[in-house]
Amino acid sequence: MKTVEDLKRMREQFQSQTKLRHAGGIQIIVGMGTCGIAAGAREVMSAILDEIAKRKLQDVTVRQTGCIGMCEKEVLVDVVRPDEPRITYGKVTPAAVSKIIGEHVVNGRIVEELVVGKISQ
Amino acid sequence: MQHVRAHVLICAGTGCTASGAAKVEAALREELAKKGLDKEIMVVETGCHGFCEMGPLVIVYPEGTFYVRVQPEDVPELVESHLYKGRIVQRLLYKEPVTHESIPNYNELSFYKKQMRMVLANCGHINPEIIEEYIAVGGYEALGKALTTMTPEQVVDEMKKSGLRGRGGGGFPTGMKWDFTRKAAGDKKYVVCNADEGDPGAFMDRSVLEGDPHRVIEGMAVCGYAIGADEGYIYVRAEYPLAIKRLRIAIKQAEDLGLLGENIFGSGFNFRLKIKEGAGAFVCGEETALLASIEGKRGMPRPRPPFPAISGLWGKPTNINNVETFANVPQIITKGADWYAGIGTEKSKGTKVFALTGRINHTGLAEVPMGITMREIIFDIGGGIPGGKKFKAVQIGGPSGGCLPTELLDLPIDYDSLIQAGAMMGSGGLVVMDETTCMVDLAKFFLTFTQAESCGKCTPCREGTKRMLEILTRITEGEGKETDIALLESMAKNIKTSALCGLGQTAPNPVLSTLRYFRDEYEAHIKEKRCPAGACAKLAGYQITDACKGCGLCTKTCPVAAISGEIKSRHAIDQSVCIKCGACMTKCPFKAIIKG
Ligand SMILES: Cc1cc2nc3c(=O)[nH]c(=O)nc-3n(C[C@H](O)[C@H](O)[C@H](O)COP(=O)(O)O)c2cc1C
Ligand code: SF4
Ligand code: SF4
Ligand code: SF4
Ligand code: FES
Ligand code: FES
Repeated sequence: MKTVEDLKRMREQFQSQTKLRHAGGIQIIVGMGTCGIAAGAREVMSAILDEIAKRKLQDVTVRQTGCIGMCEKEVLVDVVRPDEPRITYGKVTPAAVSKIIGEHVVNGRIVEELVVGKISQ
Repeated sequence: MQHVRAHVLICAGTGCTASGAAKVEAALREELAKKGLDKEIMVVETGCHGFCEMGPLVIVYPEGTFYVRVQPEDVPELVESHLYKGRIVQRLLYKEPVTHESIPNYNELSFYKKQMRMVLANCGHINPEIIEEYIAVGGYEALGKALTTMTPEQVVDEMKKSGLRGRGGGGFPTGMKWDFTRKAAGDKKYVVCNADEGDPGAFMDRSVLEGDPHRVIEGMAVCGYAIGADEGYIYVRAEYPLAIKRLRIAIKQAEDLGLLGENIFGSGFNFRLKIKEGAGAFVCGEETALLASIEGKRGMPRPRPPFPAISGLWGKPTNINNVETFANVPQIITKGADWYAGIGTEKSKGTKVFALTGRINHTGLAEVPMGITMREIIFDIGGGIPGGKKFKAVQIGGPSGGCLPTELLDLPIDYDSLIQAGAMMGSGGLVVMDETTCMVDLAKFFLTFTQAESCGKCTPCREGTKRMLEILTRITEGEGKETDIALLESMAKNIKTSALCGLGQTAPNPVLSTLRYFRDEYEAHIKEKRCPAGACAKLAGYQITDACKGCGLCTKTCPVAAISGEIKSRHAIDQSVCIKCGACMTKCPFKAIIKG
């Protein structure tokens, strides 16, 4: 490291390493209730993680939640962008993940045909 | 690279390691691998959170769930339930001692809510063995800013303006000390970090070194630039092996990145650091003794002046500061002196880390703004006194300090208010006492410590503390004389004014302050041969209180007929007959018999 700019670059590069420990950013929440898992929530989760890695997305946290009472619509995935309504997608398959992330997470365009709920916050 | 969706932080500080954190970590890594989650979940070893009593501590992010006393057996459930399905494991959450409420989130714990964690901001939240984690949260920006945008004079001025005072005990203004050393004549100068931490009960310096060593290194480097030193020493006691290990790793990593060494940030400034392990004598924390010890001589104090700023290590100008003092430096440089001076009281700025021990629900480390009251520290943060007992006093400043009684619970704490109250900030050790602590015995405890640690160089300290200890011992054994209090007071004054170094000069403080606030306890020991707290074994006696209904049960129970009294009126125990068997106390249906 030779200059202050080097330090700044290094800081940016490694920020993602600790960023997860501070609130903020876009959240993707996967329903991991019993029927969610039975419907393939784990595979969807893996697909989400792969997609984020592939696109090198920063500032996205992936969390899980339990049963929310819409079991017949599983796998359920919520996307929450800061200051926007919480969008719930239903019957998500690993194949649909790329579209949800590409459209909604990256570009803020909701994938209407998969939406099963909206909660304004 | 796989996207990491969760961080599991395991405290690897000394406290949690002692309660088995390494086994928990091994179990966790194994379980994650078994479930195929090891790529998407990162396990991070951190330093101490200051909540060691509840260890091993595990925190899961992004949720920030705070798990306590985690055992290897708990790991499969933790992984299956929380990390796989996202369901919090309720039974491993922390429960508040008063409300018995389970608290899932770190920041909502009453222990952390009133704290202001600035020096400890990274402790427990980053991996201290990975320099990149420190850099990611803004590490070494202060050094970069100082070296490339400020002159050494500007750095010193900034430190002066911040109002920071030394956290090693005396509270000397840090900027002023830097200024003395900067202006001292000589080409070769040194920076020394005092990490001797000898006060019984204090462990804040250890926690900072274990949990965030780069912060101290950065503070020392900024100091080196400001005073014109190219070399520094960190003096750590050998009983802190984990702190030493983390420091070594940190120094190596900083050197590898060019943050220590030659021409740092291309500024022409060179700075190197060495570690010196100390044998752990209390007196070696005194600055002149410490410098002698680094030079390889016996750790004995010498008279000052000359102060180390003029003639320190090998006779060269040397700036010596405490660990916590250096740890405050980076934030002052990055956020500015005005910001820093906005925290605290008029003459004591910033925060102070206190180590809470003794009769208190949450033992641990608490960082609070100067000016907070003892009541807030002990009751809001510390969770009060366990076992439904009553608060009696708090000893602050360790063996050099004094105690504060209930009446002073609302005193805003800073360097000056404590001196006025006959105590001292010291290193920030707080020992909380409840009604069962005898204050004479407490004074004896601290004097025993200083007596044993006296280096023996000067007579008032060597002989005087021994005599005082003899007097205290005889008082607690019921052999005290009417003249003893006056004798203690005059000896204390003599030692304070004639001892060579701070150890002797402050050794009488615990005696003087307990005499100031609890004189009646001394008198009860001497005149009535009674220990009101019921703590002094040789004096423990039984007393019948106003609650006595005169039922006469105790009279029948006493094996030596020591109790007398009319039926329906208050009974009394003849202390010269009583053999202190305690039978009457257990028998009394009205709890009218107490020990003391
Ligand atoms: C007996 C004795 C023990 C001391 N022990 C320590 C210690 O363990 N750590 C410390 O930082 N200062 C200790 N000091 C204070 C140091 O002499 C010195 O004042 C301090 O390191 C200066 O740093 P500061 O200005 O940052 O507080 C001790 C002083 C005395 C008299
Ligand atoms: S006061 Fe005590 S510790 Fe200090 S030099 Fe004298 S004998 Fe040694
Ligand atoms: S047993 Fe208790 S109440 Fe009864 S006489 Fe003795 S002290 Fe009094
Ligand atoms: S402590 Fe024992 S000896 Fe003393 S008064 Fe009570 S019963 Fe009697
Ligand atoms: S298990 Fe997913 S909604 Fe019920
Ligand atoms: S060592 Fe883990 S909290 Fe202190």
